[in-house]
Amino acid sequence: MKIRATQAIMECLLEQEVDTVFGYPGGTILNLYDELYNYRDKITHVLTAHEQGASHAADGYARSTGKVGVCFATSGPGATNLTTGIATAYMDSSPVVFITCNVTEPLLGRDSFQEVDITGIAMPITKATYLVRDAQSIPSIMRQAFAVAATGRPGPVLIDFLKNVTAPTEMIDYEFIPWYENRTWGSVRELSESHGLKAPEPDHGDIDKLVEMIAQSERPLLICGGGVVRGRAHKEFRTFAEKLDSPVAITLMGGGGFPGGHPLTTGMIGMHGSRASNVAVDRCDLLIAVGCRFSDRVALNPNTFASQAKIVHIDIDRAEIDKNVLTDHHIVGNARRVLELLNERIGQYSHPEWKEQILSLRREREEVGEDDSAFSPKQVLETIRRMAPKDTIVATDVGQNQMWTIQYFHFDYPGQLLTSGGFGTMGFGLGAAIGAKMAHPDKVVIHTTGDGCFRMNCHELSTVEHYHLPIITVVFNNGTLGMVRQWQNLIYDQRYSETTLDRGPDFVKLAEAYGLKGCRVTNVREMEAAMAEALSCGCGYVIDCMLDIDEMVRPMVPGGGNITDFLLS
Amino acid sequence: MKREFDNEKKLYTLSLLVKDIPGVMSQVSRLFSRKGYNIESIATGASNEPGVTRITIVIKGDELMIDQIAAQCRKLLPVLAVKVLDADSSLQREVALIKVQADDMMSRGEIIQIAELFRANIIDVSRDALTVATFGTEEKVEALMNLLQEFGILEVVRTGTIAIERGRSTIYDQTKLKEEYNYGKNVL
Repeated sequence: MKIRATQAIMECLLEQEVDTVFGYPGGTILNLYDELYNYRDKITHVLTAHEQGASHAADGYARSTGKVGVCFATSGPGATNLTTGIATAYMDSSPVVFITCNVTEPLLGRDSFQEVDITGIAMPITKATYLVRDAQSIPSIMRQAFAVAATGRPGPVLIDFLKNVTAPTEMIDYEFIPWYENRTWGSVRELSESHGLKAPEPDHGDIDKLVEMIAQSERPLLICGGGVVRGRAHKEFRTFAEKLDSPVAITLMGGGGFPGGHPLTTGMIGMHGSRASNVAVDRCDLLIAVGCRFSDRVALNPNTFASQAKIVHIDIDRAEIDKNVLTDHHIVGNARRVLELLNERIGQYSHPEWKEQILSLRREREEVGEDDSAFSPKQVLETIRRMAPKDTIVATDVGQNQMWTIQYFHFDYPGQLLTSGGFGTMGFGLGAAIGAKMAHPDKVVIHTTGDGCFRMNCHELSTVEHYHLPIITVVFNNGTLGMVRQWQNLIYDQRYSETTLDRGPDFVKLAEAYGLKGCRVTNVREMEAAMAEALSCGCGYVIDCMLDIDEMVRPMVPGGGNITDFLLS
Repeated sequence: MKREFDNEKKLYTLSLLVKDIPGVMSQVSRLFSRKGYNIESIATGASNEPGVTRITIVIKGDELMIDQIAAQCRKLLPVLAVKVLDADSSLQREVALIKVQADDMMSRGEIIQIAELFRANIIDVSRDALTVATFGTEEKVEALMNLLQEFGILEVVRTGTIAIERGRSTIYDQTKLKEEYNYGKNVL
């Protein structure tokens, strides 16, 4: 069947069961948007205020659903505005297909209007980039792009179509093949055959070796990393942890991979990790890390990290093995499959003394509590936790707001926590919340942010308003770039260079200007009232929480330090 | 047991098998520039498989650094195989074209003699210059260039080192390591 090239692009999206895309039109991508007009009853397009917002929304959509997110943008500045979003998705292994259009073939490479070499720019921050110069190759490239984004270690892919390829006169041969069939067909099959790829089955010898190591261990510790979330291996992980009867430390990206309120969890690990997690790392004799890449925010000092332990690394990406921390044993494979095999092979263990030693540290911390007189981040978060449904999706920004949110909330399922871990992208939260709300209209979506982060992408409130997305934005407004100030306070002699944000706008008025509701709160009672209104009003809502400028994230271990050398407890 | 790495800096040869698609060279070479490392030489050409290119890269570094760069290379989608070759178990050769000044009969004769000693070929002759082509190890090329220096070298073109393993083993051999990398690139 001959159809228009642009029609084939839309059909290929339908093959992948894409029903929502995020984007922003422009000169070179006009043909694609013209075709989208024909498909508007099948594909919902969310027009954001800025391409960066669209990129984060597609990413948030992907993270919260486990499906591939899709984002459109035009050439030149449209494409470069995506780059922060692409890098964010890349660092956190989030599957997103970015589709851009470039100038026509004769104009390519001539510094034409709005021309940029986006495939070149995106190369270091994508799994693959494709420059489409031939309309006939559209179906095979689209299918390959989605397969690459979604499988193996997931990640972003960029497809750049030359404008002439999308011309309405370009007709190509096309046959609709659903994604589950096209994975073993055509270009995707060619790709797998050229690599001699098989469905990832972990090496059983490696599994058996770990089973032996477990049998010899008296003080095992599990780390739940982002791979458990991406691989949706949470059930298998939980079974494994319970069989092993071992404490579980959760990385930032692992939030939702293991229930936050589970009796075995020690909470977050690393720079702002709990004392229980960090001490457990230091004292354990066997550390099993699943889908975690030992980033410098977890393994602060790789030379002293888990120095008493044999380290076992389970990951789908072989390049992560021995990259940041040298390991004693590794298993390469999909987290779910590896854990399934382990669960079949291990019996029920019991480590009561070791557990008590570690988990008692956690209880101590909770009992200490905090000074209740001043309005604190903890009070804000406790109020939200009390009032919001348990399955609320939380999108954070970056910095203190992010750390507080993750420390105080319990995340119970993959996709419940959306946060920019690897790249630390300020302004990620609101876009991600939009993506998550589009995917889960029935769930409450809360966006926690700081006044610095919020100012970066607050224009997306117009998207929140237009699409009637009742997202609750909670601003931890301390009038400063809190995390940077914290470092300046502790490490830079209290020289607060350019971190004080004593400036507008008034976030409540801003919300109102965008046609939303807002409220400024200064104590728990006001916070409760604002939350009640936010949960029931049916529209986007901004809660501006006025906090003290010197609030700090505790505990804290300085970068590069030993994991138990707490600068703040 | 944790791996141990040799931290002495020396020349390493990386042999890569990549798909012949646009951008593959920049994908590979950026992994070196990303860490601020300079490539000593890079040689590229067809392999015995259609659509597959063989790249040989020589780089100075310690074992850990080479291991990490090799890992990042192996992870790339168009990269089919990477092998780190050492001097003992591999053969390393390069081609050099050396244009030497030769204004008189005497120097022309001497240059031809030197070339013969090195089993190099004279591939171009003109009234005032000769071009010598040589094939051999890097040391041999350097030695020949040193001798030709006194006549006045006008221009040198070197291919950079290409390398192949001794014996039966090849870059195509299936290994557990290769399979492990394929999991991360899986598209099934």
